[in-house]
Amino acid sequence: MLAHLPILQVIVPLMAAPLCLFLSRSRLVWLFALIVSGLAFLISSLLLQQVMTSGTIIYELGGWDAPWGIEYRIDQLSAFLLLIISAVSTVVLFAAHTSIQQEIPTGRHTLFYILYLLSLAGMLGIVATGDAFNVFVFLEISSLSAYALIALGKDRRALWASYQYLIMGTIGATFILIGIGLMYQMTGTLNMDDLSRRLPEVAHTRTVFTAFAFVIVGVCLKLALFPLHLWLPNAYAYAPSIVTTFFAATATKVAIYLLIRFTFSVFGLSFSFTALPLQMLFVVLGLLGIFVASFAAIYQKNVKHLFAYSSIAQIGYMIVGFSVSTTTGLMATLLHMFNHALMKSALFLALAAVIYRIGSVQLSQFHGLGRQMPFTMAAIVIGGLSLIGVPLTVGFVSKWYLVLATIENGWWPVAVLILLGSLLAVVYVWRIVEVAYFKPALAGREGTKEAPLSFLIPIWILVIANIYFGVDTRLSVQVAQAASQSLFGVSP
Amino acid sequence: MSISLETILQLSIILPMFAVVGIVATGRKPDLREGVTISTSLVLLYFVIKLYQGIKQGESISVQWWEILPGLQLSFNIEPLGMIFALIASFLWIITTVYAIGYMRSHQEQNQTRFYACFAIAIGSVMGIAFAANLFTLFIFYEVLTLSTYPLVTHAGTKEAKKGGRIYLGILLSTSIAFFLLAIVSTWFVAGTLDFKPGGVFDSNVNTTVAGVILVLFIFGIGKAAIMPFHRWLPAAMVAPTPVSALLHAVAVVKAGVFTVLKVCVLIFGVDLLAVLPTTQFMLYLAGASVLLASLVAMRLDNLKARLAYSTVSQLGYVTIGALMASSSGVIGSSMHIGMHAFGKITLFFCAGAILVAAHKSKISEMRGIGLQMPITMAAFFIASLSIIGVPPTGGTWSKWFLLMGTMQTEQWTIMVILMISSLLNIAYLLPIPLRAFFPGTKTSFAGTGIKEAPLPSLIALCITTVSCVILFVYPQPLYELAKAILVTPG
Repeated sequence: MLAHLPILQVIVPLMAAPLCLFLSRSRLVWLFALIVSGLAFLISSLLLQQVMTSGTIIYELGGWDAPWGIEYRIDQLSAFLLLIISAVSTVVLFAAHTSIQQEIPTGRHTLFYILYLLSLAGMLGIVATGDAFNVFVFLEISSLSAYALIALGKDRRALWASYQYLIMGTIGATFILIGIGLMYQMTGTLNMDDLSRRLPEVAHTRTVFTAFAFVIVGVCLKLALFPLHLWLPNAYAYAPSIVTTFFAATATKVAIYLLIRFTFSVFGLSFSFTALPLQMLFVVLGLLGIFVASFAAIYQKNVKHLFAYSSIAQIGYMIVGFSVSTTTGLMATLLHMFNHALMKSALFLALAAVIYRIGSVQLSQFHGLGRQMPFTMAAIVIGGLSLIGVPLTVGFVSKWYLVLATIENGWWPVAVLILLGSLLAVVYVWRIVEVAYFKPALAGREGTKEAPLSFLIPIWILVIANIYFGVDTRLSVQVAQAASQSLFGVSP
Repeated sequence: MSISLETILQLSIILPMFAVVGIVATGRKPDLREGVTISTSLVLLYFVIKLYQGIKQGESISVQWWEILPGLQLSFNIEPLGMIFALIASFLWIITTVYAIGYMRSHQEQNQTRFYACFAIAIGSVMGIAFAANLFTLFIFYEVLTLSTYPLVTHAGTKEAKKGGRIYLGILLSTSIAFFLLAIVSTWFVAGTLDFKPGGVFDSNVNTTVAGVILVLFIFGIGKAAIMPFHRWLPAAMVAPTPVSALLHAVAVVKAGVFTVLKVCVLIFGVDLLAVLPTTQFMLYLAGASVLLASLVAMRLDNLKARLAYSTVSQLGYVTIGALMASSSGVIGSSMHIGMHAFGKITLFFCAGAILVAAHKSKISEMRGIGLQMPITMAAFFIASLSIIGVPPTGGTWSKWFLLMGTMQTEQWTIMVILMISSLLNIAYLLPIPLRAFFPGTKTSFAGTGIKEAPLPSLIALCITTVSCVILFVYPQPLYELAKAILVTPG
């Protein structure tokens, strides 16, 4: 059983999705989805433990040897990502039943859970597989279900947002496919490990260079790197709140995982950073992303939009860490992926609770919520502090490593800019705080009550995780360090 | 005695944090709630005094908690400077609580439970700052202090409170993230450690340009020290209730700032390195400018609390100057000034609050002749003013004495002149207030208005601090011994 964990990780949610059809009642489906996601979480914890003690796990599908068969390859990096995805998915699902009551018509609840599980399976698959074509397949599974999930949003603009995402996402996926095709043409293999050994022989050809360019651009579209981020704010803002929470915490992380996987493992560090002026490009785009998106966040009136722009800014931080291309830099990126997943899931879930109570996330409707929904708003404040990077929260841990990485590299101006960028977070977080705590409740809304426990419990699990992993960083730092070192080929 | 000093050290940080639980639980019964605060503060003072006796006997007390990041540990260690700070803060917490009970009740303030709870967290973080064994620990508590005092500053919940809070948080958080954190990471990168060590942590062959830049980052980053141009948060914080202005913005928060500056100068850079850095002189002049300009601004302010706030900015500059002069007298003067100014300024704020509560006056121009109705308050104001100016028979004399000695030792004649002029300005903006209160001329009189002294708890509190100002003149030895020990502490 334990030997089959890598495939179970993907196959359990994948197979469970159609099974939802057999369960008619919304609550039953929810429980089933929750159990499945919980199982996925359990499996990923076991996998991480296994990887940390005994190294990379290689699993051959159907017993066929790679490179002929498909191979699943779980190293520290993928185990880390699997854990993030399945953990967030499970905690978020806790609140799903209550939240979708109001946002999705009852007849579509089963559909929602099916899509959710498919999307989960797709993301887990992308991370678990060691086969480049398999990546594309899972990417499409998760993306297609994501488009449908976003379209489920109550607001009719959700359809438009979903369509936008569909177009951009498909372009991205197609680019990745073209890249993979070109690589296959040159090397005759789709296995990533095999690719990494065969690509250097043909590294000088224009075809490989083109393949690399296609893959990078495709992945950057998916991860919403500035200026390829335009699909993201609306998709996040108009999707059902649970979907927003789940995607904000995981989807872009998976794309960053692909970026790291392709540049470090498939093409190799020396090729990746010499073929294109990647370092220069990414540090500039990352910093631009931080500033442009943070400024945009400051001027948003819809709080979901606000945090969506903040997500783009946070992706900027991850990209800057990546562009430093040292072990510390990559470690900062990995840590921020973990930490950002915690912050944003807490924040968006708290927003879901606000929507549940007042039916809106316009900032102008937040008046007086500090008193009416004290626990929910406290969660937003703590999540916001974490976003700013205040000590004792996870945000501080990421910031520390990111600044350290840039300074180690002698990039002083970048370090200064990173810190200045985080000041912008103070501004947009405090706009919410001031409205919620200093304005009296709106007329006609004096009776607003605190969110129900089915929200508060998962929200506060995430908030406490934000603090816990900011104080006890052994897990996140050790895994991120091990993953980063193994990607650089440094033995720990 | 059964509890070890190490345990007491940890308790003195945790206890105020735990008191929050008690304060919130008893929130509906004000008497019980204040009882919790008072008894916590008494126990805290007892703890701190125990610790003081411990290090007086030469024991070294340190505690390690756990590593937050590899190599970066939450740990605590008691050295003389931290001891001074902890003693002052814990003693004045008791007095302020007594004062606050009179003030908050007769002013009928809302949300008193939140007020006392945040106050307790703030004091807990002050203890954390005072006893921090490395910059990392200090930084964490520094930020907790900023955040826990934000609800106190915006206590009134009005538009002005919101605006004040914005400036307060904006400047303190910005400087600490943009400069202080950068300085800390840089120090970690250059020196490989953040532990406070006598003589500093940098190698003797460290690149002085880099270290000079780091010094600038530190001085700007420690926004709580209110060096111009990052001083605006302090006047903005004056929208808070007076007990907050008194304890936090004359003692705890601002002293946390200059305390950190002093610690960074002496225990991170070390006096020897500091003296040769290319930027030290520049920062010294900046602090000098801050002293002078703030005094000038204070002169023309009519709002009493605002004038006192600018006076604080100016006095904080003294401490920074003493730290940057990199001489033994300077450091001693600075450390003593932390204490002397604390007692003087808290008394002045207590008086300002007493006038506000009893006579509902906040403008200096309206206080003419008020001395006849509130003689005790105004007499206290007079004595505390003397201490700020630095003339006998008050404690302020000694710290200014050592600071001036420092300027002579290091031949900083410009700075010496600045200190002299500033003292004259102190006289000009402080003394007229009590003098006009007692000798109003014929213009106005408060006779028959029914104005009388502030509520008894407040009055008692301000008398205690006033007497302390005088005692510190007659008996400054304990403070001096501690201040002197800073430079010679063995590892």
